[in-house]
Amino acid sequence: MIELLQSLLQWLPESLQVLAIILIKIVVILAPLLVAVAYLTYAERKIIGYMQIRIGPNRVGFFGHSLWGLGQPIADAVKLMFKEIVIPSGADKFLFIVAPMLSMGPALAAWAVIPFGDELILADVNASLLYVLALTSLGVYGVIIAGWASNSKYAFLGAMRSAAQIVSYEIAMGFALVGVLMAAGSINLGEIVQAQSGGFWTWFMVPLAPLFVIYFISGVAETNRAPFDVAEGESEIVAGFHVEYSGITFAVFFLAEYANMILVAMLTALMFMGGWLSPFQGLPVVGDTFLAAPSLIWLLAKASIFLFLFLWFRATFPRYRYDQIMRLGWKVFIPLTIVWLMVVGAVIMAGGIGPWLH
Amino acid sequence: MLENYLPVLIFLVIGFGFGAFMMALGFILGPRRPDSEKLSPYECGFEAFEDSRMKFDVRFYLVAILFIIFDLEIAFLFPWAVVLREIGMFGFVAMVIFLALLVVGFIYEWKKGALQWE
Repeated sequence: MIELLQSLLQWLPESLQVLAIILIKIVVILAPLLVAVAYLTYAERKIIGYMQIRIGPNRVGFFGHSLWGLGQPIADAVKLMFKEIVIPSGADKFLFIVAPMLSMGPALAAWAVIPFGDELILADVNASLLYVLALTSLGVYGVIIAGWASNSKYAFLGAMRSAAQIVSYEIAMGFALVGVLMAAGSINLGEIVQAQSGGFWTWFMVPLAPLFVIYFISGVAETNRAPFDVAEGESEIVAGFHVEYSGITFAVFFLAEYANMILVAMLTALMFMGGWLSPFQGLPVVGDTFLAAPSLIWLLAKASIFLFLFLWFRATFPRYRYDQIMRLGWKVFIPLTIVWLMVVGAVIMAGGIGPWLH
Repeated sequence: MLENYLPVLIFLVIGFGFGAFMMALGFILGPRRPDSEKLSPYECGFEAFEDSRMKFDVRFYLVAILFIIFDLEIAFLFPWAVVLREIGMFGFVAMVIFLALLVVGFIYEWKKGALQWE
């Protein structure tokens, strides 16, 4: 593929060739991502609908066919694009417009270092996990600037809550990542996946089980999803930080939230569930057949499991109270992760147990 | 090594650019018919009583300070975790002592009620 592209771009100067190939690769990552974001909103409404014994969207389709409502996300996007953008009179206009971009930018840019296979990666930098952590932390700026710039009480309260919550869960998340780094001995996501090869029992979700659970729950809290959605809390503070945003400005926040959900699901799959490694690897029955081969499909399937969990949580759990959220983050997760880091460190010092932590 | 970061830089530009592009599209395609009622801050139909940049609970500030301490600690732990196998027992014991000191501080703030939200 790459060779074909290079031969097609022969007529360009050397430096522009490199640039063009990078741009094409970025489009190849971004286009499916945006489609996935759009259809995640559809999947959410459909799945939660069925969980509540409703049907969900089923009217909007293509060319006169309803097709189970598959046209809904596109119709929503087009509708939002044609709506008026209201900038409140008391708002700080510049910050008000910059805030949605500040949450969109990092949510997309974090995908630059996500590996999709052994060689399928845009930028194979050796500090990729650090880069992802840095960018997911940047997302909080969008929220807090939006809440401040709106000059509305609901938005302000939502932003304060959301910022404190994201910041609290980021600590637990960071500690969980340190556990992964200790087990893998590398900060490169590709090498972290390679370190888990052997079979499904050597995936980090087994030796790092508590960190795995904490990481995913922190991810749910970081993305402000139910049951940790006090930042939006429709029934208490209307919509929280984006109450004053309308039309496309609201849609950009929405897209960023869903892109972040997919990112968290993908990272959990990569770091704890062996990424693109096959769950049948190392099993004597399957042997060396195609089932045991690593593939992008495994990675997407694993990420889908976590995305489904996101939606399932929203349909199942009632919203946490704010003091309960802070208690869970500071008084349960942080002590638990510190203890487990010590356990992991001690096991590594002792030379590992069984197949784990050598 | 550094040229590996070029795609990251371009992706960052495109990420923010995509957000800007969407916003521009909304501004071009959407109508603009502002009036003073529409532009007033939303407060469940009431006139806004006071400026919304009001006083807020000092605990939000406290959480921010505690976050800086712990996040720095994680920044220290990252390189340590990667080279743990090379630095061996000495490195492990050093980090246990460092974490123990931090846990003392953590217990102190817990007992002081800094983590208490009623």
